[in-house]
Parts: sequence; C-alpha cells; structure tokens
Amino acid sequence: MPRYAFRLNGRPVSAESWDAAQPLLYVLRNTFGLHGPKFGCGLGQCGACTVLVDGRATRSCTTPVSRAEGRAVTTLEGLGTPEQPSTLQAAFIAEQAAQCGYCTNGMIMTATSLLARNPRPTLEQVKEGLSGNLCRCGTHTRILSAVMRASGA
Amino acid sequence: MDALTLLSRRDVLKAGGGFVVAFAFGAALPRVAFAQAPTLSGAPPTGKPIDNSEVDSFIVMHADGTATVYMGKVDVGTGLRTAVAQLVAEELGMSAERITVIDGDTGICPDQGGTGGSTGLTRGGTEVRQAAATAHQMLLALGAARLNRPVVELMATDGEVRPIAGGAGVGFGALVGGRRFEMKVDPKAPLRPAAGYRVVGTPVPRPDVADKCTGRLTYVTDLTVPNMLHARVIRPPAVGATLTSVDEGSLRGIPDVRVVRVQSFLAVVSKDEWAAVRAAAALKATWTEARTLPGSSGLEQWTRTGAVERDQEVLNRGDVTAAIARASTRLSATYFWPYQGHASLGPSCAVADVRADGSSTIWSAAQGGPPLRATLAKVFGLPVEKMRIVFLEGSGSYGTNGSDHVAADAVLLSKTIGQPVRVQWMRADEHAWDPKGPQQLLELHAGLDAGGRIVAWDTQMWLSTNAPGTRALLAADAAGLTQEHGNGAGAMTQNGDPPYQAENVRVTAHWLKEAPLQMSNLRAPGKIANVFAVEGFTDELAAAAGVDPLAFRLSRLTDPRAIEVLTRTAEAFGWQARPSPNPRARQGSLLVGQGIAYMRYKQAENYVAMAMEVAVNPTTGVIAVRRVTCAHDCGIIVNPDGLRNQIEGCIVQTLSRALHEEVTFDRSRVTSVDWVGYPILTFPEAPAVRVVMINRPELPILGAGEAATAPVAAALANAVFDATGVRLRTVPFTPVRVKAALTQPRPAAATA
Repeated sequence: MPRYAFRLNGRPVSAESWDAAQPLLYVLRNTFGLHGPKFGCGLGQCGACTVLVDGRATRSCTTPVSRAEGRAVTTLEGLGTPEQPSTLQAAFIAEQAAQCGYCTNGMIMTATSLLARNPRPTLEQVKEGLSGNLCRCGTHTRILSAVMRASGA
Repeated sequence: MDALTLLSRRDVLKAGGGFVVAFAFGAALPRVAFAQAPTLSGAPPTGKPIDNSEVDSFIVMHADGTATVYMGKVDVGTGLRTAVAQLVAEELGMSAERITVIDGDTGICPDQGGTGGSTGLTRGGTEVRQAAATAHQMLLALGAARLNRPVVELMATDGEVRPIAGGAGVGFGALVGGRRFEMKVDPKAPLRPAAGYRVVGTPVPRPDVADKCTGRLTYVTDLTVPNMLHARVIRPPAVGATLTSVDEGSLRGIPDVRVVRVQSFLAVVSKDEWAAVRAAAALKATWTEARTLPGSSGLEQWTRTGAVERDQEVLNRGDVTAAIARASTRLSATYFWPYQGHASLGPSCAVADVRADGSSTIWSAAQGGPPLRATLAKVFGLPVEKMRIVFLEGSGSYGTNGSDHVAADAVLLSKTIGQPVRVQWMRADEHAWDPKGPQQLLELHAGLDAGGRIVAWDTQMWLSTNAPGTRALLAADAAGLTQEHGNGAGAMTQNGDPPYQAENVRVTAHWLKEAPLQMSNLRAPGKIANVFAVEGFTDELAAAAGVDPLAFRLSRLTDPRAIEVLTRTAEAFGWQARPSPNPRARQGSLLVGQGIAYMRYKQAENYVAMAMEVAVNPTTGVIAVRRVTCAHDCGIIVNPDGLRNQIEGCIVQTLSRALHEEVTFDRSRVTSVDWVGYPILTFPEAPAVRVVMINRPELPILGAGEAATAPVAAALANAVFDATGVRLRTVPFTPVRVKAALTQPRPAAATA
C-alpha cells in the first residue's frame, strides 16, 4: 500500500492509504486520531475540516492525502491544549466563542492563517476572511470578538 | 449518618464502564475515556440508582470534595451542564468548577424525558436542584453530628459545613465522600434564598468550550469502539422509492467493503471509513420511480387548497365576525413561511453495538434519548431494559435533526452484521432526509375602530398534518419493519394571537390531511412564523393608523414586564419615534430603516423585544442587517454569559432562516442538498448584536434556548418596510424576492 510522509503537528509521520485520492481529513481522524478537524460537508463548502498545510488554511476534506506528501500539516491539536492554548484559542475560550463547537476548528484554523498574514486586521477583514466558514449556532458575534481580541484590537 | 452506605468513587466510575479507565488516567477526562472504552453491557449498571425520587440518582459527592451530577436532559451546546452545575453548587454551598455533569446516559442518569422546548433548565434543572436542596439538608445534619453542634448554628458554604459564628468546619468530602445519601428527594426541602446567591447569576465559563477549542472534546462523530465498522447508507433517489437491484460488481477496486441489504435498506460497511464513503458513491443500484411530493414551488397554493383534516379553535374571545363588520378600518394580509431544515453543520452520526444476547448500546447526539430508546427497542425488537443510549455531543441539532434516523441506521446494521457500527450521514443525506420544520400559511384580519383601538383580530393558520404517533424511522420503513407513522412538528399554534389589547380575538388552525415531507420540531416550533405574521401585521395596523410602531404597541400593553422589554430595547437601540415608512430612508444608494417587534414566548414565558436597523440595496435587493438590539426577560438569570450566548445565537440563526433558507423539492426528492442549494448566513452578513438582559432573581427560571428567535423575522420585515415602504410577507427575503417586491410595490395591506 502506498505510504505518504509528511510533518504532522511538528513531527515526521507517514500514513498508508490504498487510495491516493483519500482526503487528508480521513487520514488525520482515523489514522492519527486527531479529531479537531471535522467532517461537515466533504465539498469544501463549510470549513469545519480546515487544517494548516505549510501554514495556510486548507480544506482537508477535499485535499488528497497524496498532496500532503512532504508538507507540514497542523491541526487544532497542534496549536495548543486546554492547559496551554494558543493566543487565538485562548481568545476563543475567553470570549466563550462556541455553542456546539462543531465549526470551531475551522474558525480557529482559518483565523490562525489569517492572523499570520495580517496580524492587525479590521473587523471587516476578519469577516471577509471567515466568509467561507459556516456556523449554524449563530455564534458569529463571539467568533469575531475572539479573533479581534487575539489581534490585540 | 450510618444510613449512608459505602459507595466508592471507583464504584461510581465503574458504573460508567470505561470510567474506571478514566480514573486511572486522570479524572479530568471521564467523558472521553468512557466513550473510548465501552465494556458495558446494555443493562443499567448497578451501584447507583437512576430513579428520579432518589438524591443519589442525581448527585454523587466524592471523597475529595468534588461532585458528579447526573442529569437526563442533555447539553447540545447550550451551556445547560454549566447552568445546572451552578444550581447544584448554589444549593450545596460549593463552587461550580468542582462539579462535573454527566448528561443523557440512560444507563446512569435519571430519565428526565427528552430535551427541547426550552425545558432543560426549567424542568430538568429544577429537578436536579431539588435533589441538591435535599442533599444540603443532609450535609448540615452530618455536619451537626461531626461538629457536635445543632444544625441551626451551622452553614454549608465553600464546600464545607462550618459554624455560622466561625471556627473550623468539615469538608463535604469528609462528611459524605464515597457514600450514598440514601434519601428520597424532598420536594419541600428549602431552596437557598435568591438574595444570598453566590454562584447563580455569575458567568461561570463552560468547561466544554476549552475542550472544543483544542480538539479535546469527544463528539459522537469522534467515537471509536473496538471492532467497529464504518457504514454509509444509500438512501433512495426518490422519497418512497423501493430498491429493485444492486450490482455489487460496481465496487471492484474498493477494498474490504461489504454490502448490507435488508429489503430496501441499503448500506456499505468497511473497517476503512473512506472505503465506505467511496463504495456508497460507487454502488450501482436501481430503484423504482416515485413522484409523491407536491413540489416546493407551489407550496403556498398547495397549503391553501389542500384537504383539511380538522379545524382547531385555538382561541375564541368575543365575537370576531360581528366586530370586524362594525369596524371602521379593516385590514387583511397573508403570510407564508417555507419548509426549513435543522441544517446541522455536521451530518448526523451514531454508533451502535447490538450484541447477540439482545443487549445494546447506542452512542447518540439525539435530544430525546429516553423516547428514542423506547422507539428503537420496539421497532427493532430489542429488550428496552437491556438497551442503553449514551449521549455524546454532536453538531448542534436545534430540535430533532437526523440523529434519530442515523441511530436507527446504526442499530439495524449492528443487529444485522453482529458488530459495532458507526454511521455518519453525508452532507446530502442530512439536507435531504433530516425531518424538517414545516411550512406555515397565515391569514390575518383585523378591525380598528375610529379611535384606532383593535376591536377584532382573526388569525387563520394552515398547517401540515399533525398525525399522532411516533415519527417513522427511515431505516425501519426501508427494511419493511412495522412501526408508527406519526408526523408532527411540535406546538405549532402558540403565539398566533396578538399580545395587545384587543376586544374580540379568534385563532383557528386548519390542520391539513397531509404533509409534503417528514416533519419534526425545529427550534421554537411554529412560533417564529406566527410572530412573523402577528407582529408584521401589527406593524401594518400601526402604519395604517399613522402611528409610531413602538407607541402603537406600548399603548396596547399593560403588563409592566412587556412594557419594560420594549422601552429598554428602544432606549438601547436609539429608536426614532415616528410612523413608518421612514421619510428620510435614502442614504446614498441604500434605503435605511428601523423595525421593532415584541412577543411573550408561548404567551406564558419569556418577554422579548427586538429592534433592527437595515440597509436595503434597491438595485440588488440585498438586505444588510446593520445592528440588532434585544431586551430579554426570562425571570432569574442563572448564567448571564450563557444566556447572552443563547440570545445572540437565536438572533443570528433566525436572521439566517428569514433571509436565506427554504428547503426546495420537486415531485420526487429534496433538491436543496448542500450549502449552495441551502445557503445560510455568512460572516460578512453578521450584524452587531446588543443584548439587554433583565434579571429578576425573585422569579422562577425560564428556558432561553428559543424565545429570542421568535421576534426576529418580524423585526426584520418591519425594518425593511420602514426602509422601503414594501411589506415582505413571505420568507426567505432573498434578493430576487426583495427586488421583485420593490419593483412592483403592493399596497401596505389590503383594506376593505
């Protein structure tokens, strides 16, 4: 079975897949037990599966595992823990910016990528940056507050 | 004191099967470890009662002074666990952070019924609180014996019983730890006076939020159990179609996959989830044709002309017909709300382990675990006493989404193949097959006298069938199993009457014989559309009378709590007192307006008023909601931050429903099966939301998961009217619909 090597949350790993087209999402969740990224649509429409690939927010539900070969993949678990959260995770916790939390992974991963490129975004820029991420509980107000808090605004 | 029998923390943990493992690795992870090590049988574990009359069913005090609370109601992302921990902490006299709440495990939690209708805190929470109040009395008695002082000289606070006058106390853990209370819940056990509350009313953070932000929380979708297979179900291409043939050869090249067919129930299972997903997409099957649906494009007409099963007089006060005939001004209007889905962000998922001995465990995010257990046991012929449903959080459900159906899929598959099975629906499955909130057609008539008083109000509502019985499970129908075919959507007729002074009022519900699609309770069932109509029509009356919409409402209210939410909303919003439409609406290329709405939930619970400012682009038909202000009175506030989160969510989610959402279907199938076909609100559209929470510590608890949804569509439509002079009476307010309405403005209301 073909094997794909990449860096995952800072460590070198490799994963077998019978299908080179298998989305990275399934490999992360089922091979590595990383459940931060969520299956939402499988169509790249909602953002719940977002991970960082070489630092950029990427939809893992539509990214073949073969495309992760040689790259650095970061999941929500790789950013921090409840005990030592990243700045953005800490801001989400401080703002209590979740209800069901199913979209939260995508929000944090997308905003992490956004803040890396633009550390001091305006509210409008954050809204635009998260425009491809859906939240069904209507937690938008808090999510925006959390990202702005992390940016120091 | 000797009435307490030994019950070690380890026993309690053992009651949860894998909790033993959890304890070994650290008590901070009970839910995760429990989920990961399901060694239990389906039968309720011994060692802890689950009877609602026993204190021990609800509360276990551990030797280290921490406590575990068991409740039957479930936290679907609403913060219920945290609020209940606060209620218990307050009554016992300890910090909420030292309480862990386990919810919705039928094996170890008392049966408090399903969760819904904003009853989680109201009914579920108060039941747990009474158990805590009873335990509080026992703690004092134990402390009295230990400290050798009368109870009246003692207080329970900060996790210990100590002399009121000062001096050393003894911790709850030392008093009770590891043993049972062995007491009946005393319905007369005194509650702590609200004036002394230290925990209730404070914004205790939800512990699940940190877990959710770091990938630590185990959702039902994240559960794996030993020997588990992944499954995908292939649903028919048309509602009611049956399976004629399956070509298993179409799965060549996909490893380790097996087709499971039970009559028209078709699924693929595999150790490898991706193999199951690929196989479900690749499997060639032929189905019969079916064209049984009315189609969504003519749904309003279908609803108006459909055969009526029965008329229900919801309310009839005075003589509406005579009063309308006498009125000096008469108005009529028709409002329509389409089919909408729960549209959970993650498709429904369940894991089932049905054993050869008839015992079964189902891990599910369903809101109604106990009723679901009864249905699954009956339909699939499994002994209910050996069936255990373990709640794990899922994607938010907002009512009965696909969770019941997917649990049935998993049970049927596990029973058929004799292995634990995890089923997760695909996106199209959830959009197409979750039971939905049905359409509502409302026709309103009102009469005003020469002085502008409402002398007559008549609401006629047409609703899809409310067939009694349990909702049919898709898997059971497909597999040819006998089951009930109830089809209901909850309490649909509430808030159909105006909350204002009106002499003659009638509300009639016309229940149709049929329903286009399977229905279920969708957040605030019926109330959002009813208030949309009632409060939209009230605005029409105010406009016809040439009166400021706020003043029109205030002058017809006497309840001080109603008046307060309206005035507080208006103050916080900066309401401009004047009649609608806005004479100075134009701001550049946009038309700007304000709208307000008020309702009391179910005419008996929360008071909510809401104001909005919108900017309408007449060229594109796009409505931008700039800001929303809401004043909310739900009696005593248990957790102000949790409450605010719920109110904000109610507002934003319902804006999404009003602006964008409509389930479309043709004669055969639902056609809005992804986020393009069924769009929801996006971040650039998110308004600024300001919430004014009115706390009434002396009043009982009311739930808050739904009430603030109800005035949203009305306030929005009223603001659009203020901006444009055009009344929107059909949801969703899509750009195409808005543009059409602006191009051909209709009269504000039909006057006779």
